[in-house]
Amino acid sequence: MLEIAKEAARAAALDPDAATPAIAPMPPATRFALRMRPETATEIGSVAGFQLDLPINRASLGPRLAARLGPNEWLLIAEDGETEAIEAEIASALGERFHALVDISHRNVGLSVRGAQAADMLNAGCPLDLSTDALPAGSATRTLLGKAEIVLIHEDDAPTYRVECWRSFAPYVHGFLQEAARDFDGG
Amino acid sequence: MAGRNRLPRGGRVDRSKSVSIAFNGRTLAGFAGDTVASLLIAHDIHFVGRSFKYHRPRGFLSHGSDEPNALLSVDRGPGKIDPNNRATVAEAREGLVTHSQNHWPSLDFDVGAINDVLSPVFVAGFYYKTFMWPRRFWDSVYEPKIRAAAGLGRAPTEPDADRYANRHAHCDVLVVGAGPAGLAAALAASETGKRIFLADEQAEMGGTLLHDRTSMIDGKPAQDWVAEALAELRARGNVTLLPRTTAFGYYNHNHIALAERITDHLADAPAHMPRERLWQIRAAEVVLATGAHERPLVFADNDRPGILLAESVRAFINRYAVAPGRRIVFVTNGASAYAAALDAADAGLDVTLVDIRPEGDCGPELAALRAKGVTALTGHTVLAATGTRRVTGLAVAPVSPEGKIGARKILAADCVGMSGGWTPSVHLFSQSRGKLRFDPALDAFVPDQPVQATRSAGAANGRYDLSEILAEGFAAGSAAAGDSATRTFAATPTPTGFLPVRALPTDADPARIKAFIDFQNDVTAKDIHLAVREGFESVEHVKRYTTTGMATDQGKSSNMNALGLVAGILDKPLPTVGTTTFRPPYTPVTFGTLIGPSRDALFDPARKTPIHGWAEEQGARFEDVGLWKRAWYFPRGDEDMREAVARECAAVREHVGIFDASTLGKIEVVGPDAAEFMNRIYVNGWLKLEPGRCRYGLMLKEDGYILDDGVVARLAPDRFHVTTTTGGAPRVLAHMEDYLQTEWPELEVFLTSTTEQFAVIAVQGPKARDLIAPLVTGIDLANDAFPHMAVRTGFICGVPTRLFRVSFTGELGFEINVPADYGRAIWEAIFARGAAFGLTPYGTEAMHVLRAERGFVIIGQETDGTVTPDDLGLGGMIARTKPDFVGKRSLARPDLVAPGRKQLVGILADDPTLLLDEGAQIVADRDQPIPIHALGHVTSSYWSPACDRSIALALVESGRARIGSEVFVTTPSSFTKATVTAPSFFDAEGKRVHA
Repeated sequence: MLEIAKEAARAAALDPDAATPAIAPMPPATRFALRMRPETATEIGSVAGFQLDLPINRASLGPRLAARLGPNEWLLIAEDGETEAIEAEIASALGERFHALVDISHRNVGLSVRGAQAADMLNAGCPLDLSTDALPAGSATRTLLGKAEIVLIHEDDAPTYRVECWRSFAPYVHGFLQEAARDFDGG
Repeated sequence: MAGRNRLPRGGRVDRSKSVSIAFNGRTLAGFAGDTVASLLIAHDIHFVGRSFKYHRPRGFLSHGSDEPNALLSVDRGPGKIDPNNRATVAEAREGLVTHSQNHWPSLDFDVGAINDVLSPVFVAGFYYKTFMWPRRFWDSVYEPKIRAAAGLGRAPTEPDADRYANRHAHCDVLVVGAGPAGLAAALAASETGKRIFLADEQAEMGGTLLHDRTSMIDGKPAQDWVAEALAELRARGNVTLLPRTTAFGYYNHNHIALAERITDHLADAPAHMPRERLWQIRAAEVVLATGAHERPLVFADNDRPGILLAESVRAFINRYAVAPGRRIVFVTNGASAYAAALDAADAGLDVTLVDIRPEGDCGPELAALRAKGVTALTGHTVLAATGTRRVTGLAVAPVSPEGKIGARKILAADCVGMSGGWTPSVHLFSQSRGKLRFDPALDAFVPDQPVQATRSAGAANGRYDLSEILAEGFAAGSAAAGDSATRTFAATPTPTGFLPVRALPTDADPARIKAFIDFQNDVTAKDIHLAVREGFESVEHVKRYTTTGMATDQGKSSNMNALGLVAGILDKPLPTVGTTTFRPPYTPVTFGTLIGPSRDALFDPARKTPIHGWAEEQGARFEDVGLWKRAWYFPRGDEDMREAVARECAAVREHVGIFDASTLGKIEVVGPDAAEFMNRIYVNGWLKLEPGRCRYGLMLKEDGYILDDGVVARLAPDRFHVTTTTGGAPRVLAHMEDYLQTEWPELEVFLTSTTEQFAVIAVQGPKARDLIAPLVTGIDLANDAFPHMAVRTGFICGVPTRLFRVSFTGELGFEINVPADYGRAIWEAIFARGAAFGLTPYGTEAMHVLRAERGFVIIGQETDGTVTPDDLGLGGMIARTKPDFVGKRSLARPDLVAPGRKQLVGILADDPTLLLDEGAQIVADRDQPIPIHALGHVTSSYWSPACDRSIALALVESGRARIGSEVFVTTPSSFTKATVTAPSFFDAEGKRVHA
């Protein structure tokens, strides 16, 4: 079975070689949409290394990233290939507590946007206030970039942002950011 | 040579940097800092265009964005030509090519100028009156001719070669306008450390102070004060200055749209820089310091080139160091023009001033002017201007307080500066839905109570004295930033005396003169009189009838004159006539700026499946389904669509086909109440569906009509894999979330979109099982172990899969769901095995044919939002025992149970080669009297390779009862005879899927 698996090559939605210092497609990752009642998250605090008892629109960063996008909704991101392990960990940790865990590793595509102009590039299509007062590092929110829905995670004050979008929107989101970047570097 | 009217000193132009531009083929030199207007004036060129309707010679009226006349075509290179640029706004830069408009064959000799002579014909509303008959001439002659003659400037023919950008921004205070009020507001607001934006439409910030040579502010010349204020603002890290940026739209929640012009003024702009940028600023508070517009005076032939607004004459002399004329007559009804006259005299020009006000009503400005040796005639009116292509003089006459006109005399002039008072620029305030208040002393509308978090300051608020303007701006800026600081400014007093006048008194027959109100749309005082005489009393009606104020300048110079004239004729107080509503944009905005990056590849997201690239390489033709690109058919050689589709259909029926179904919407429904939730959303029952089985589900809207359909798999007791139509995916998820969150929050179930998690490969046809069997592990594919409408999880080529045994073709079929990144590899692995099986890729068109042969419906094709399950013959799917589901009660509505509803049937044309039109009407008797009663219409029509004839589905009144009967179907030319059948044309018992 493993031999056959090698035949089935994985093809990312974006060419990883299309990276620039400012805008880079991110490598494949394990992702889950995790849903549970807010009180359950308060009760258990964290699960499988993902901190869940966060304020809404905050993320706990690190190799196991949890972004609370709503009262009962978390986006979990981890290293590629951890799907089954994380599923098992979460299942045993939550037991009979009502929750929904859905694998969306391939649904989303990640892009890293960084540098002094990152916020301005994002603001070419994102109507949110990206100042550090309004969206400090550690913030995460669902929003828009031009005509595409994205999840925006402000990772650090370099600044680095992680943009997550659905797979078929990735070429648009990538192209939109590249076009916005031309204002600054002549790209 | 910088032009013979260039003054030897002064101005803000940079005499060390010369630029040259072309105007109608002539190359003309000027300086950096010139506008196209000031550069042309330097060369004594005033006649720069022909007017819209009468083709009269026109020159510059103003020096700013309110310019109605001087509209030029500007050519910045291939793909960069656009018409109707205001010469007073366009900055002169090296190599700019400009042309005048609205004339043929040339500016000097224009055939259209005959309109001026024929003007008695072209009265207001003339084409409503003139082109009444013959009626048929309207479409064929009148309208095309009028359209050809109308319009201003030529639309560009090449795609726009520039790029345009968009930027969202947030701030605490946005100050619009960087004149004295705006600068003071920005200074005050930025002291608080909050985020401040200051935007101004001009290249240089400073507003009117940029052409003020004499005023002092806090002991400094005004222009020095501006420079210091700007240096201070630049030094503050919390201030963003946006010059060349016009705030043109004021929307809800203090959302302001601004157009920034970035490269038009640069001769060597880097190619990557955007031409313009649309700023969308959300401001907590807004300060509107947008200034005021000067009004023209209304007298005969007041539109002759060389007749400008008085303040514009001043701006051209002081700011641009050009003399609009050597012999200037100022005509005014207020004090402000005296400053212009003084400056013109100081520049060494021959100046005369005519004041409509009686001597006793004039303020100290009169004595000050006379002390300079300038002749000032008070109590005089202007009867007419002389000259055609350039003003040569003014006929003036004394007018008594009773209105008696005395003896006329001609004042020779090559330039006239007129001032009819000032109109505060309340456009943005009005756009913000703020109400206006009429101030009789100012004879103008000023901002009243704001509706949004906005405040007006300075001339925009009807304040005209410089120290008052500065103090009001400062206080407004501070208050907007949440503080309450105030400051007094010691500034030179501004004389502000003013006597409102409408059309100037004249001894001529008013019906025989052209005294222009709206210069851009060629509306005269006579037109306004006519409109009122014909019964139009509201300014909103007068405006539409005469078109006054409806040009691209939105009546900045004309509105108050029109209003005042209407009120005067009706003898009503001015506010009762009303004021017009201002709408965005404040000044014209390029389409490029509005569109921003949304063109070509970024026009819309083009959603492509993981298998798209393969289909492209195979030469597939694609069709748009929502934002998705779907493979439509795969032509081989020089096959046309029908041949390709026929081959693809035959392959599926006889061998096996492969189809990209990745775009199907997918929703994971998870939780202990998942089955109960499904029960409430769909018409069918779900509690008894066992894990590992699939069911075709139908969902309704609250009104009982079909919303969407799709196959649903139960993966586990608490987990369903729902599929929706491609186009319906977002709608269905929103519908489900709506009910879950608002109606049934107690249900323990969550919904997650998985549309893009999976690539879906449909393998359909008698050989489907044999084709995929060696690739699949962990699933027993045998017919007994894995029957039709079942789902299994396992692996294909080692990749985890949710394997559905389902069919939308009527053949044995599988739908292979794999994680999206593996979609193409799995597709290619299957395809590599396919040659021996006659495997053929097929597209959406073949899919449509195959399903229609079996009579499977497509949402949006057989349904149109008014179709019930029973209409489609699917009433049996409704679980009668369920207490409720969305739409259940509506299904009992009288009209949904009434006999005679349209029902899904098949239609076979008597001529089997005839393909009926989709949408064609169906009637029982072609010979019945008109209006013929239509029984229904064709919803789907195809050539069916399996039946070797055309087939069609239709919705027909009481259709099921008509099966076997004869009907008539419309064709483009007539009717054709057809027979109603059951809505299935192939394998009616549906046995093949179980193979």
